[in-house]
Amino acid sequence: MISGRTRRIVVLHLAIIGLLFVLQFVLPAYHHTNLARIMVLATFAMGYNILFGYTGLMSLGHAMFFAAGMYGAGLCVYYLQFGAGAAFVLGILAGVSLAAVFGLFALRTTGVSFLIVTMMFGQACYLTLLYFNEITLGDQGFTVSGNLQALHQAGVGFAYSDPDVKFNAAWLVFAGALSISTAIAASPIGRVLIAVRVNEERTRLLGYNTFAYKWLALCVSGAIAGAAGAAYALLFSYVGASFASILYSIYPLLWTLLGGAGTTLGPLVGTGVMFYLIDLTSGWTAAYLFIVGGSLLALVLWFPQGLMGAVRARWARWLP
Amino acid sequence: MTPVLATAGLAKRFGGLLAVDNVYFEVPKGQIRAVIGPNGAGKTTLMGLISGRLTPSAGKISFNGRDVTRQRAWERARSGIVYTFQVTSIFAGLSCYENVALAAQRHLARSMFAQVLLDEKRISDRVDDALRQVGLAHVTSQRADSLPYGHQRLLEVAMSLALEPQLLILDEPTQGLANAEIDTLCQHVRAITDSVTVVIIEHNMPVVLELADCITVMERGAVLAEGEPAQIAGDTQVQRAYLGT
Repeated sequence: MISGRTRRIVVLHLAIIGLLFVLQFVLPAYHHTNLARIMVLATFAMGYNILFGYTGLMSLGHAMFFAAGMYGAGLCVYYLQFGAGAAFVLGILAGVSLAAVFGLFALRTTGVSFLIVTMMFGQACYLTLLYFNEITLGDQGFTVSGNLQALHQAGVGFAYSDPDVKFNAAWLVFAGALSISTAIAASPIGRVLIAVRVNEERTRLLGYNTFAYKWLALCVSGAIAGAAGAAYALLFSYVGASFASILYSIYPLLWTLLGGAGTTLGPLVGTGVMFYLIDLTSGWTAAYLFIVGGSLLALVLWFPQGLMGAVRARWARWLP
Repeated sequence: MTPVLATAGLAKRFGGLLAVDNVYFEVPKGQIRAVIGPNGAGKTTLMGLISGRLTPSAGKISFNGRDVTRQRAWERARSGIVYTFQVTSIFAGLSCYENVALAAQRHLARSMFAQVLLDEKRISDRVDDALRQVGLAHVTSQRADSLPYGHQRLLEVAMSLALEPQLLILDEPTQGLANAEIDTLCQHVRAITDSVTVVIIEHNMPVVLELADCITVMERGAVLAEGEPAQIAGDTQVQRAYLGT
């Protein structure tokens, strides 16, 4: 029974990753670019989902991890002429180190206090970026494309402005993050994270150091968010403090809720649906936020577990 | 021989209330010890102190001769003190399998990093064993909170078994159970005492008299009397305080 479930999970997720890869040959140019962006933002949401969806810790400061990755990668390219690979790794390191240190303080709180502490730290990071404007160029932002060397591999050059390179790099980052979050969700560690969400005291009395598990979840979450931020800077060539603002802490929460918190595929579904909802309605009316807000209300009323959460509850209990 | 559990001068104060007052409580290995007393006597608070859910205001707790007073709840659980709640506290929304698996994998791998390397097959074998022992093998994939109350209590017992505790604290395990279910539960408790020391808080006197090797009577946070079942049942002071005759 168990191994059958594992096989199903692996097949489904590989199929999704494969489908996204194939879509680049089918989609028209406009949607091609959109999908690349969605995959990077969905990666951000997947990082958020590890902490919020599985472990049950709601953060309102996740933009700081995204921005840490973005600036970690962007500043290295801008000032130090780093290559894309090294800059990407540094972005992840920036995200995970910020999460590791931040967690030691913030995880002493739970529930609403945790929400507020994360929001305060997030705002502090945002303001810090603006305060050191001379270094960060926070308020007007900067582009990395002029400084970024094309990647030379086996005698072939890949320029990051090339849409195909962009798409496939975004796809790789997405596939990596989805594999990691699925591996965690379906593993014994994932079971403990869910247990912390459902009943932390009981988990503690089973002999688990729940602080350590929450800290681990935060670090993984920060690393994935940092990877998404770094990829965003490198692929879409813009780095700015606006990505550290509270809006970018709320987005991953909305995407995750819409797609289904605590489901591996929810963040992708949520990000995609929200992206196209805004894209379609804003082309049609200036009051598009009214429609977006209305659909979110409808979702909360009829699908409180999000789209993939509803799918899991109704048709596929085995989904991780 | 050192007792499995020993408390010395243990006390817990909640504001003006002294819930546990200078308690010396010792349990030798392999014993089934019942703790009885009227409501508010401090039984659950005492167990909270022993399991680490509460921190004592004064006194010491030692487990297998080691001082564990300063250890946190999860550290004590990891070294073998397992507490089952007075009110059923399973992981609602998770399946029975997942509930017991959480206990099983904790027993199989102590540290977080060992958890990463754990093989699901080893977990599932252990879960199947534990569920079979309490007769819940047929509901493995059902949601735990969809089970009838008696089965939820048995699920807790299965979780305790999978943890292989050295000291098992059962807080009013028969509360809300039907007679047949009480019998099953008693059988399980007796079956595990070859290797496990059990402390049981219980109001149901027939169960206490049947199971316990030794009884501790508490009143107003203090130990009123301690002795073998026959001796306690005949104690006039105890009868006045608790049995109500």
